[in-house]
Amino acid sequence: MSFSLATEGLSKAFRLHLQGDVRIPVLDGVDFSVAPGECVALAGPSGAGKSTLMRCLYGNYGVGAGRILIRHHGAPVDLAAADPRLVREIRRDTLGYVSQFLRVIPRIGARDIVAEPLRARGVPAEAARARASALLTRLNLPSRLHDLPPATFSGGEQQRINLARGFAADYPVLLLDEPTASLDPANRQVVVGLIAEAKARGAALVGIFHDTEIRDLVADRLFEVHPMQDAA
Amino acid sequence: MSTPLLTAPLLTARDLTLHFGRVAALDGVDLEIHPGEVVAIVGESGSGKTTLLRVLSGLMRPDGGEVSYLGQDVLGMGEAARRRLMRTEWGFVHQNPRDGLRMAVSAGGNIGERLMATGARHYGNIREQASHWLTRVEIDPARMDEVPARFSGGMQQRLQIARTLVTLPKLVFMDEPTGGLDVSVQARLLDLIRALVADLGLAVLIVTHDIAAARLLAHRMLVMRHGVVVESGLTDRVLDDPQHPYTQLLVSSVLAA
Repeated sequence: MSFSLATEGLSKAFRLHLQGDVRIPVLDGVDFSVAPGECVALAGPSGAGKSTLMRCLYGNYGVGAGRILIRHHGAPVDLAAADPRLVREIRRDTLGYVSQFLRVIPRIGARDIVAEPLRARGVPAEAARARASALLTRLNLPSRLHDLPPATFSGGEQQRINLARGFAADYPVLLLDEPTASLDPANRQVVVGLIAEAKARGAALVGIFHDTEIRDLVADRLFEVHPMQDAA
Repeated sequence: MSTPLLTAPLLTARDLTLHFGRVAALDGVDLEIHPGEVVAIVGESGSGKTTLLRVLSGLMRPDGGEVSYLGQDVLGMGEAARRRLMRTEWGFVHQNPRDGLRMAVSAGGNIGERLMATGARHYGNIREQASHWLTRVEIDPARMDEVPARFSGGMQQRLQIARTLVTLPKLVFMDEPTGGLDVSVQARLLDLIRALVADLGLAVLIVTHDIAAARLLAHRMLVMRHGVVVESGLTDRVLDDPQHPYTQLLVSSVLAA
């Protein structure tokens, strides 16, 4: 089966030098794969390593062993071994990430935060901002807030800005970390719709969904992440 | 439409070494910076980061090693050639704006002077450019004829940035550009630098001890300690998954606001 994103024998441990060099193994030999048009939900108890796997898939965490293959501009690339500049290019053109929390930039308005990934690809400012406005409106963020910096917005409003930013750029691969955690039922339904549309255009999605009702609506299958025994 | 990020490096340094007496300020430092790339050098005071910036920009000679800029040997070039580079394709933003500005010359003159050094002669055009750049760094162009000594510290720093960027350099060195400023002024300056760098596609090598500033601005990061680069890589990976004991200490010492 062709994949958009896959791992082979992925292992990850943390070594805490400031805490007596304790080593905490989190992932060991994980083989995971997601195909175009598919949404896979990571499952497992709290602390099993779902978020760690997600951060490895984005290149935010390094890996101890194994490969992370992502189809970038048509060819598989090992994200785990990629040069930082190649990781940036993959993140610009191929791989998106919706985190739980918005990292605000001082003085930048919501609309420009959402438009930024499109601007980075060279989309003209007007087109990028129009797309950003349309998504913010669809996620029920009042237009009077679109040009304000979101530092003082509520958790739910900030999450919707993060979602708009993640869905604005039509990434071929999209990672979603608790995308509906702070949302009301109406906005959860909007996210369900956005995910369905992304799948329909052939995007591969990987998500962590605390909300099992939403998870069962959007996920094609579950991937179980098993907690590791204390091997240290 | 989108530009490839994988290009040949602008500046390459190999195995730089410099001792002050028995203290190693640089100990086998390698570094590359590519067009459009923002690279932060972080570390505590005395780690060698400012020395590295001075060596890379040719202000200081190392004991050993090589620096090359687009194939030219920076350490071997004459003072005249280095100055020409610093006037045209390079820029340097100092921590103290007084080191980068001429305090007795008007704001407009500070910007115009650098333009004239690259061959601009038409007075009207130079004034127009100066006015444009003052606006870009959020200084009222009506204050063009005032001397920078009458400006606040934040304004002086913004003027230094305008003076540096007016010639559209390819590579800009910045040494703690927000160092001496109030926190409220720092945020504005950081945001301004971030926007200008992205718009102009500049390569920037920025020395800072401000981890949050590095996260906001830099694509890539080098962590220095005792003259050695102990860790380097993608900014968010170095900060979120630090490997070296010193990087772990540095990251864990930052207070979350």
